Amino acid sequence: MVKILIPTPLRPYTDKQDAVDASGATVGELLADLTRRHAGLKPHLYNEQGKLRSFVNVYVNDEDIRYLQKEQTPVTADDTVSIIPSVAGGAPTVTDVVSGVSRTLPELTNDEIKRYSRHLIMPEVGVEGQRKRKAAKVLCIGAGGLGSPVAMYLTAAGVGTLGIVDFDVVDFSNLQRQILHGTPDVGRSKLASAKDRLQALNPNVDVVTHETAISSENALKLFEPYDVIVDGTDNFPTRYLVNDASVLTGKPNAYGSIFRFEGQASVFGTKDGPCYRCLYPEPPPPGLVPSCAEGGVLGVLPGIIGVIQATETIKLILGVGEPLIGRFLIVDALRMRFRELKLRKDPDCPVCGTHPTVTQLIDYEQFCGVRPAAPEPITVNSATEITSVELKQRLDRGDKLKIVDVREPNEYQINRIPGSELIPLGDVPKRVNELNPDDEIVVHCKTGGRSAKAADFLRSVGFKKVLNLKGGVLDWIDKVDPTQPKY
Amino acid sequence: MAADRRLIITGDVEHAIRAHGQETYPHECCGALVGKGEIVTTVVALPNTTEEGPRRRFLVRPSDYRQAERRATEMGGELLGFYHSHPDHPSRPSQYDLDHAWPTFAYIIVSVMNGAAGDMTVWYLKNDRSSFEEGSLDHGENSHSDSAQTVHRQAGRG
Repeated sequence: MVKILIPTPLRPYTDKQDAVDASGATVGELLADLTRRHAGLKPHLYNEQGKLRSFVNVYVNDEDIRYLQKEQTPVTADDTVSIIPSVAGGAPTVTDVVSGVSRTLPELTNDEIKRYSRHLIMPEVGVEGQRKRKAAKVLCIGAGGLGSPVAMYLTAAGVGTLGIVDFDVVDFSNLQRQILHGTPDVGRSKLASAKDRLQALNPNVDVVTHETAISSENALKLFEPYDVIVDGTDNFPTRYLVNDASVLTGKPNAYGSIFRFEGQASVFGTKDGPCYRCLYPEPPPPGLVPSCAEGGVLGVLPGIIGVIQATETIKLILGVGEPLIGRFLIVDALRMRFRELKLRKDPDCPVCGTHPTVTQLIDYEQFCGVRPAAPEPITVNSATEITSVELKQRLDRGDKLKIVDVREPNEYQINRIPGSELIPLGDVPKRVNELNPDDEIVVHCKTGGRSAKAADFLRSVGFKKVLNLKGGVLDWIDKVDPTQPKY
Repeated sequence: MAADRRLIITGDVEHAIRAHGQETYPHECCGALVGKGEIVTTVVALPNTTEEGPRRRFLVRPSDYRQAERRATEMGGELLGFYHSHPDHPSRPSQYDLDHAWPTFAYIIVSVMNGAAGDMTVWYLKNDRSSFEEGSLDHGENSHSDSAQTVHRQAGRG
């Protein structure tokens, strides 16, 4: 028999004795015998995987067994074995907030154990990690390109509650990348479509739909019940809104964005990490950075970036690995290169700095210049615009009109107004001499935004009769020529 | 086994814990609670030896633990538990606290916001390790003549 010294907190399990005897030739055997004799000790000495807990130290005489032969260390009746606690703890970190000690971790059902078995056998996840996922609540902003893979993988992975915010309707042009939705869903609300898809994937997940446009009025309340926010938005006002609300509510933001072949991802809004405003304090001037609707996006790219966001979300929930905090990942899908920029928390950041000036949500449309501060009186100058129907009538009448399409060549290949000439917006200044200032010119693009800029430019260089086609080629197809395809 | 537990601390003990938390701010402080039954009569300040960043973590080494237990016995008392601070965080246990908790022990947490000690709470690990149970922290009288020398400083990191 070998004598084992028992520390104060474990004495209730050894009938209050500070030393007990057990038998065994090694420390491992000795402890196995000890926990057989005093079964209450076992959960405090060993973790669920049957390993000695990290804060349990076993000494043979005065040597830590970590520096001997660990549990294979031989012992004899002359040795004294001591169990000595390390006492550790600390304030909550990101991952603790996410897993939330105040929330009891739910048990897994037998069905769930079967479903998640490939997780359960991973040492980094295990039963406890899967229970953390089940306890976790994630809010996905948007059920579009990024929201689709995020929602699908988080649902498959068994996040307990998945909230989704969206107010849009499924359009044919979404299907190239928004894999939550299928062809029969066109015309349905994205949330209804998403919910069906996700519940078929995993009925154990509570999918909560928020059919609303996220705004400064509702964002804080929306974020409240969730642990992690996933930003799948496609415009600057919402991106700044999500960032600020995430900082103000203290919820980490798994950020992602996509454009054409390039994607970005990071984790913002953690206590010690930077936020989106540390990187970009101000939005770009309106119109400078085109949206996906204007510039296009590679359909598989949101798959790559969204899955990175889902991965970061799961790491935050589990508290494993190195999160993308303070790191800004740039994915160039055309060259298939992943670059990483270091990001620092800016002490002067208006939201997360030491003396924040933004302490509540603001008007983000105004902040991003999308809408002027004081609404200008709408002065529709009929002399500068023309509708599709008017254009058609004038062409039929035989009026001599020069139609200039300022879209990109790819767009011109999809549809066009007969007789139009293609001069992409960026080329207008250098090709302006191809146009006659005395002609009456009608400029158009897809919906009227780019052509308004072209019209302004032409007038500024002396063109007198420039008309912008209201609603662009899409309106032309709707009202005049429905045989052409739309994009 | 830990339903409705309470811990009684004297004014000096409370003061010593708060002062220690403020002194080490923005880092965490830690120390041992010594007394008898449910009454804490003395605290032993211990060095925070964590290597994971003392703003968020504390660690009492086995050698310091041993010394604290020995000290308690010498004083004719017992080791009742430990205290630590949460700089700029509420005085609620974290997941990390839970993962590393010992049964039976009382865990006092003091919140230190912007350098000023605030809320103080006491917690006990449930027997099945699933969560903590909050105990009631009561204030007793300074009944011990030696209570003025409450904090016994340990040498720094060794």
